[in-house]
Amino acid sequence: MAECHPVGFQWVMEAKARGAKIIHVDPRFTRTSAVSDVFVPIRAGSDIAFLGALVNYVLTHGKEFREYVVAYTNAAAIINEDFKDTEDLDGLFSGFDAEKRAYDHSSWAYQGAEAQSGAGDPSDRTGGQQHRATAQAEQHGSGGATVSAKPDEDPTLEHPRCVFQILKRHYARYTPEMVEEVCGVPAAKFLEVAEAITANSGRDRTTALCYAVGWTQHTVGVQYIRTASILQALLGNIGRPGGGILALRGHASIQGSTDIPTLFNILPGYIPMPHARQHLDLASFVAEDAGRTGFWGNMDSYTVSLLKAWWGEHATAGNDFCFDYLPRLTGDHGTYSTVLRQIEGECKGYFLVGENPAVGSANGKLQRLGLANLDWLVVRDLQMIESATFWRNGPEIETGELRTEEIGTEVFFMPAAAHTEKDGSFTNTQRLLQWHHKAVDPPGDARSDLWFYYHLGKLIRHRLRDSTDPRDLPVQHLTWSYVEEGPLGEPSAESVLAEINGTGPDGPLSAYTQLKNDGSTSCGCWIYCGVRADGVNQAARRKPGRDQTWVAPDWGWAWPANRRIIYNRASADPDGNPWSERKKYIWWDSAAGRWVGADVPDFEPTKPPDFEPEEGARAQDALGGADPFIMQTDGKAWLFAPAGLADGPLPAHYEPLESPYSNPLYAQQVNPTLQRYDHPANPYNGSAFPYVVTTYRLTEHHTAGGMSRTLPYLSELQPEFFCEVSPELAEERGLEHLGWATIITSRSAIEARVMVTRRMKPLRMREQVVHQVGLPYHWGPNGLSIGDAANDILGVAADPNVHIQEAKAATCDIIPGRRPRGQALLDLVAEYRRRG
Amino acid sequence: MTERMGFFTDTSVCIGCKACEVACKTWNDIPADGVDLLGMSYDNTGSLDANTWRHVAFIEQTVQDDTRWLMSSDVCKHCTEAGCLDVCPTGALFRTEFDTVVVQADICNGCGYCVPACPFGVIDRREDDGRAWKCTMCYDRIGDGLMPACATACPTESIQYGPLDELRERADERLAELHSRGQADARLYGHSPDDGVGGAGAFFLLLDEPEVYGLPSNPVVTTRDLPAMWKRAGLAAVAVAAGVAVSFLGRR
Repeated sequence: MAECHPVGFQWVMEAKARGAKIIHVDPRFTRTSAVSDVFVPIRAGSDIAFLGALVNYVLTHGKEFREYVVAYTNAAAIINEDFKDTEDLDGLFSGFDAEKRAYDHSSWAYQGAEAQSGAGDPSDRTGGQQHRATAQAEQHGSGGATVSAKPDEDPTLEHPRCVFQILKRHYARYTPEMVEEVCGVPAAKFLEVAEAITANSGRDRTTALCYAVGWTQHTVGVQYIRTASILQALLGNIGRPGGGILALRGHASIQGSTDIPTLFNILPGYIPMPHARQHLDLASFVAEDAGRTGFWGNMDSYTVSLLKAWWGEHATAGNDFCFDYLPRLTGDHGTYSTVLRQIEGECKGYFLVGENPAVGSANGKLQRLGLANLDWLVVRDLQMIESATFWRNGPEIETGELRTEEIGTEVFFMPAAAHTEKDGSFTNTQRLLQWHHKAVDPPGDARSDLWFYYHLGKLIRHRLRDSTDPRDLPVQHLTWSYVEEGPLGEPSAESVLAEINGTGPDGPLSAYTQLKNDGSTSCGCWIYCGVRADGVNQAARRKPGRDQTWVAPDWGWAWPANRRIIYNRASADPDGNPWSERKKYIWWDSAAGRWVGADVPDFEPTKPPDFEPEEGARAQDALGGADPFIMQTDGKAWLFAPAGLADGPLPAHYEPLESPYSNPLYAQQVNPTLQRYDHPANPYNGSAFPYVVTTYRLTEHHTAGGMSRTLPYLSELQPEFFCEVSPELAEERGLEHLGWATIITSRSAIEARVMVTRRMKPLRMREQVVHQVGLPYHWGPNGLSIGDAANDILGVAADPNVHIQEAKAATCDIIPGRRPRGQALLDLVAEYRRRG
Repeated sequence: MTERMGFFTDTSVCIGCKACEVACKTWNDIPADGVDLLGMSYDNTGSLDANTWRHVAFIEQTVQDDTRWLMSSDVCKHCTEAGCLDVCPTGALFRTEFDTVVVQADICNGCGYCVPACPFGVIDRREDDGRAWKCTMCYDRIGDGLMPACATACPTESIQYGPLDELRERADERLAELHSRGQADARLYGHSPDDGVGGAGAFFLLLDEPEVYGLPSNPVVTTRDLPAMWKRAGLAAVAVAAGVAVSFLGRR
């Protein structure tokens, strides 16, 4: 975190100054490790074994926060008797179809309740495959999958098929000794962590977990986070101050770009993108996708208000509010699938906006082969990045795999304005929107993204103005009239914010609970409703912390409803009293008849703690007064996920697709549902690669380097691509400090200067010694500081839920010296492929 | 003269982000000085010089089989007894109203006397223009009530700026706290007015011997012995003159 998020890390240092204990678990010793109380080196790709063992430690030592677990999680729910665990099937769950490599979810359901297949089609009982293809789990960015009723429960948690008992059995084999064997972490070190976390959780204390892409970029990435969720739910660390699981995003406003998405599978506010064959009208769309209970039960209002924001007066009840105008999914349109389609010649045009996949995406060759096979490519960036120059200086030009004169792609480079050169907002990991005002005009032809898309839209609309083709109606009818400002005709970002916030008959809306399904309200993103309450830009508020309460509600604005901690009803006990004075946050004031506290309650303000829903109630009315997880259909935190995941209801440790080791936990080696991308340029490693390789960032550079390798003050701080190896590995392979090394996989070979450091430690997995090679991935051929791109050696294999590539754990070989050039490089890689 | 202002750099909370280096270069418009991989852990700056007025050192250690990574942002010490200032023949180096030591670039003639006069090896001549450059403690900011660029950019308050007396008190408290937590190797450096430079205006909390960070263990202002030296030189001169006189007298 200190390495990639030094500014955010100041709060960790502040917590440390107040006595917090900082534990850092990472394959490499980083700047974070340097200031942590405990550093735990771990084998890349083994975190579920580590976290699972923490879950097991909690359960076997009775360290769970029992009252919280019974009242607020689904621990008591009884699961269908057809369910079979990995314990029964040696690493598989029931419902696996080996041919389709997908699960049928039906046996994972609650007894007495029907579970649906995530946000997919309830009639599609083999939902796993469909679900995987369209990545619908991403919808759960603001809530879980749908289950249709309350399950049978055993509040004593003794029933053999209740979630709590299943959990106990499932994690029983995740022992400290197993941690030693799988993760290379000594049992004593593991126990030190387990004791610290459990001692620091409960009524009086909370523990927070922070993670970044070291957890997400795996073929089991979603299940990494799930394991952390299970642990935190068992310890009562969700919805309470000082608790939670904090996702540190890749760069500024990545949270914002999922809330108002740049993803293919969701619409603003995590409303799923409709599917071409299933969602023929609005009624079927909202009926299938909305849970009947919980706040997702109002998805019709959120969707209709979105359609009103986009198509205004043209969206009426008579035409299904223009639901037909929305694009449709037909399958997986994720980035790596799109690249394969480019290579196949099906995808002809591409916009790259603030993204440099020729350096930043796994298997750079695959990316560049795709770029080289387009008709046109638009690159919008601050600098001339490698994705715009691949046709003249990409590695394939040097090897002869591509020839400049044969690449037909027409590249349009459009210089972009930096954040200081435009108005707008950032949304951080805490869901906090902070407005930034333009400080200076962008230089030369540089323009904001908002300017670019708005004026592009205007041009397209002008061309189509006389069209009578019905396919052009969605463009012709679009609301596209933002206030233009200044000599450049910059659209007002504030007017876009107004559209996002939404309006009703009485002007700007102030809360998403005002949204209606009758077309009387419009709202561009329901979870952001209220960001411009009273017509005031709430995200631009900058009242200093010293002038307000410790929760600081008047700094910026957090979705939803300016809540700083979501699910904060869980900070009070079932009766509505604070769990402890020390962790007091939101509580029920019986005299006033409402929830009160330092934050905005994440609960209906006057629903009493003893509220019992009526039979057949829907949406939030179906949740009781002690059901804090209001976006879930049952109001509970899910220890066990009866629906919503493509790869199992509980996390299980599987090895990375490329691992030198066999799975010590199960016969099932890898995630059986992982997504492979079969292409000659994307071969997976065989057995000729003895070392673990992981990629990461350095403080001095920014992701794929476009914003840092071009700047002298940053380039001089980390001037060259290097690999980090332990003295032991250096000895084993004859590598010299500051010399050169060649790192090889079956995709490619790259060269790096050698940094021999004790910060890289060989790990001992029982009898085996694990050597890990660390590669910062910032470099490419352009800029002031140049080098080979680490991502060129990675293959593409993805998590089945959200299509994120496994970039944090793979295998490689490393040899001394510079890599060969030209055909000789291809020969070297081919030789390794032959060997296995 | 206003209050004496200074830096307290608490290396125990430094996370090595180098924001101080970049903020310093940006504010002071200092040239970049080359893209060389030094292999000194994550330090590719090397040392303070004419084009580096903040330098973050990275020291990798193995302590009882555990790895320790020390980070420390070094800077001009703004000495109470400043050798550079003592030897400057043009008055380009002067002591400001904040009791800091600053070079006036428009007066410096590049004689370079100040360079060997600094016991810390801080001040340095820029190769292309020959003049001497070093940290000004952002003289052009603090006069307007702003903090120096490095302290403003530091995310963890490792670099603290303020009245020196206050900083010294704060440092004493921090040291006591670290000692009470069992961090016995924590120590202050440049903090005492009784040291060889009369106390530094920029002092440090270190976690190991100063030499580990590339700092002299017992810095002494190079001009300390000048009066005595002049006295002796004077005596010697008198003696020589007397000898010469005697020799001439003897001839007679």
